Amino acid sequence: MATQSIHIVGASLAGIRAAEALRRCEFDGRIVLIGDEPHRPYDRPPLSKQVLAGDWDADRIELTKPEKFDALDLDLQLGVRATGFDLATRTLSTSDGDDTIDAMVVATGARCRNLPGIEDMAGLHVLRTLDHAHALRADLDAGPSRVAVVGAGFIGAEVAATCRGRGLDVTMIDPMPTPLGRVLGEEIGSLMADVHVEHGVDLRTGVGVDRLEANDGHVARVVLSDGAVVEADVVVVGIGVIPNTEWLEGSGLTIDNGVVCDATMLAAPGVTAAGDVARWPNVRFDEVMRIEHWDNAIEQGVHAAERLLVDDANALPFEPVPWFWSDQYDRKLQMAGRIGSSDDIHLATGSFEERRFAQLHGRNGRLVGVLGLNRPRHVMQYKTMIQNGTSFEDAVAAEI
Amino acid sequence: MKIVVDFDLCESNAVCMQIAPDVFEVRDDDFLYLLNENPDESDRERMEECVQRCPKQAISIED
Repeated sequence: MATQSIHIVGASLAGIRAAEALRRCEFDGRIVLIGDEPHRPYDRPPLSKQVLAGDWDADRIELTKPEKFDALDLDLQLGVRATGFDLATRTLSTSDGDDTIDAMVVATGARCRNLPGIEDMAGLHVLRTLDHAHALRADLDAGPSRVAVVGAGFIGAEVAATCRGRGLDVTMIDPMPTPLGRVLGEEIGSLMADVHVEHGVDLRTGVGVDRLEANDGHVARVVLSDGAVVEADVVVVGIGVIPNTEWLEGSGLTIDNGVVCDATMLAAPGVTAAGDVARWPNVRFDEVMRIEHWDNAIEQGVHAAERLLVDDANALPFEPVPWFWSDQYDRKLQMAGRIGSSDDIHLATGSFEERRFAQLHGRNGRLVGVLGLNRPRHVMQYKTMIQNGTSFEDAVAAEI
Repeated sequence: MKIVVDFDLCESNAVCMQIAPDVFEVRDDDFLYLLNENPDESDRERMEECVQRCPKQAISIED
């Protein structure tokens, strides 16, 4: 029997793009879009940049314009949290009650990891949602004496850059030797460290956080693992995310650092997953992945929706070339594909000195990744080559 | 169909160029150039994809 209704659990990027894809595919049944935040789907990348800087308000970041959103004719359930699911009876439980589902896209995303053993206090922030961004912005508006950023990953680095842009003193702390070094390699990590230091960030790497101390319930200082003390009245923690799968424990779906799917994004008959919460084997790279990138949420949301409308024999594998960008100060970092420490490497254009380059990564004779700083055109052209299965040799020889 | 790029928003991520290199081109100066402001109506689906995949939401279609 054809699918009559589809529940999309999670009303952020993957969820809304899934809903749009269903209508584009002329699915005219009921679509229920459930989100635990009170807001209509909005775009998260500006939260650490324009929204935090105070340049943009919430209406600038809606993901779908109101008239297009209304035309989707969704059964929109905002402020509703999924609390459980039973695959055998196909019962979805939410804070609003139980519903029997026909088909479902799981797109519940991820939430911020907190510093272990640290109790909540005023001035302590994470950044993931619009409400987080507004709370942090309000504290920044109050003119703190110093902002301590714990974690020099993408969120931490962007928050540090935005705070510097607002003229605030910033200390950024990370246990790794360089910011993003684990992802980008130590050489590029150390280049990014220089960029932060030149923009006035007090960068403390190779050191962890021992504890936070408060005055009258408001954070006052960060005590580092080497005993150093950073006086700060705002602390932003950006140490990664945890996929939101607790509500699926015991559901009959396989949960292992995300909702485990097959190569086509199917988690169970009539159930797919997409976005930060989904884990699947990407056959292009022969690797099981869970990707937290913006672009992946779109592509995977679309794929997971379309997967529900085809039978198994016609299902296509989801095999994207992952891609992300990060804007810090006047540098645009982009990466496509996969990179590893034992890859063959070739600097295709530019140089580290001018901080404008594209670096190719090869593995087993194939182009598998490209890493660019202020070289967007090159990154995208090499991304196409990765998609096309271009050999490393041909990529290195290509004139672009 | 008319393609409009908000060049104040555009940060030349070149996603549109990957999808439709005949319409969008990011050149060596890192700026985006619109090669065809009026793609054929039959190209709407691909143009919608460019709109949706732009990380800066800088592209729109005026009917």
